[in-house]
Amino acid sequence: MTSALLLAAASKVDVAVFVVSAIAILAGALGVILSRNPVHSALMLVMTLFGVAVLFVAQEAHFLAAVQVIVYAGAIVVLFLFVIMLLGVDRLENLEVEPLKGQRPIAIFLGLAAMAQLVFLGGAQWASGAPAVAGAAEGEGGNVATLARVLFTRYLYAFELTSLLLVIAVVGAVLLSRRQTGPETQTGPETQTGPETQTGPETQTGPASDTDTGATTGVEGAPVP
Amino acid sequence: MTLDGSWYLTLAAALFSIGAVGLLIRRNVLVMFMCVELMLNAVNLTFVTFARMLGDIGGQALVFFVLVVAAAEVVVGLGIIVAVTRKNSGATADDLTLLRG
Repeated sequence: MTSALLLAAASKVDVAVFVVSAIAILAGALGVILSRNPVHSALMLVMTLFGVAVLFVAQEAHFLAAVQVIVYAGAIVVLFLFVIMLLGVDRLENLEVEPLKGQRPIAIFLGLAAMAQLVFLGGAQWASGAPAVAGAAEGEGGNVATLARVLFTRYLYAFELTSLLLVIAVVGAVLLSRRQTGPETQTGPETQTGPETQTGPETQTGPASDTDTGATTGVEGAPVP
Repeated sequence: MTLDGSWYLTLAAALFSIGAVGLLIRRNVLVMFMCVELMLNAVNLTFVTFARMLGDIGGQALVFFVLVVAAAEVVVGLGIIVAVTRKNSGATADDLTLLRG
């Protein structure tokens, strides 16, 4: 009797949590695509991400909820905001004009079609599969320990590859966002600093290396100990 | 009224569709990137829902990897946006016609 009451109350709480976070998620998503200011879009994205984190908690993915808040809301959105401030693109975009004729109705139609397909697939209970292939969802130590166990045993190589991926991403970001002030102004200083510091001695060592090796060792220093 | 997995799947479908529509209709490259993030979040929600429905931890492990890839993708993508916008300032997706034949 009491357990049934508790179960009903818990299910009511679950439904309330789901409805509130679903409203937050959908409102945030609509705010992302409908607001004219990119800063507002980024803040609306934060609302959606928090709603998704709440739903992760409701589905007992506690570690992923924490990571969602830390990585997405803490790092990715801040990165977005940094880029917005850095580029100064926080000006309003006129959403009334439609540069490509008929793009928006087609896009909305495609979105509704995709949603209808996904809802059909999701609601039809076709989502079947063998339960607990990679390991049970509930083990000893709770969600974090279970996830850690499967990450460091079954998916160990994939986990190590993610470190490689992150290194590549960091190198790529540094390389891409390095300040390059145009081709003509960049090659200007390089060809200037080239003759000033290097080619001066090099043109000396060019003729000198044919006749005298002492001059090259004086300049280069490396080959002769 | 029980809360089974199809509620979450329907919500994820709606979120994915909103992200897809936003990716198609917006011109600002940053907002398009945010729409990609919306779609990735919808897929993550689907993975977590299936992990709970099937009692399998593999779905949550996959979400972990999706998070890592999304972080790397955002970093590189924003680097590209910074590089492009420095070259021609205020570039939207329509202005990037470098590959036009």
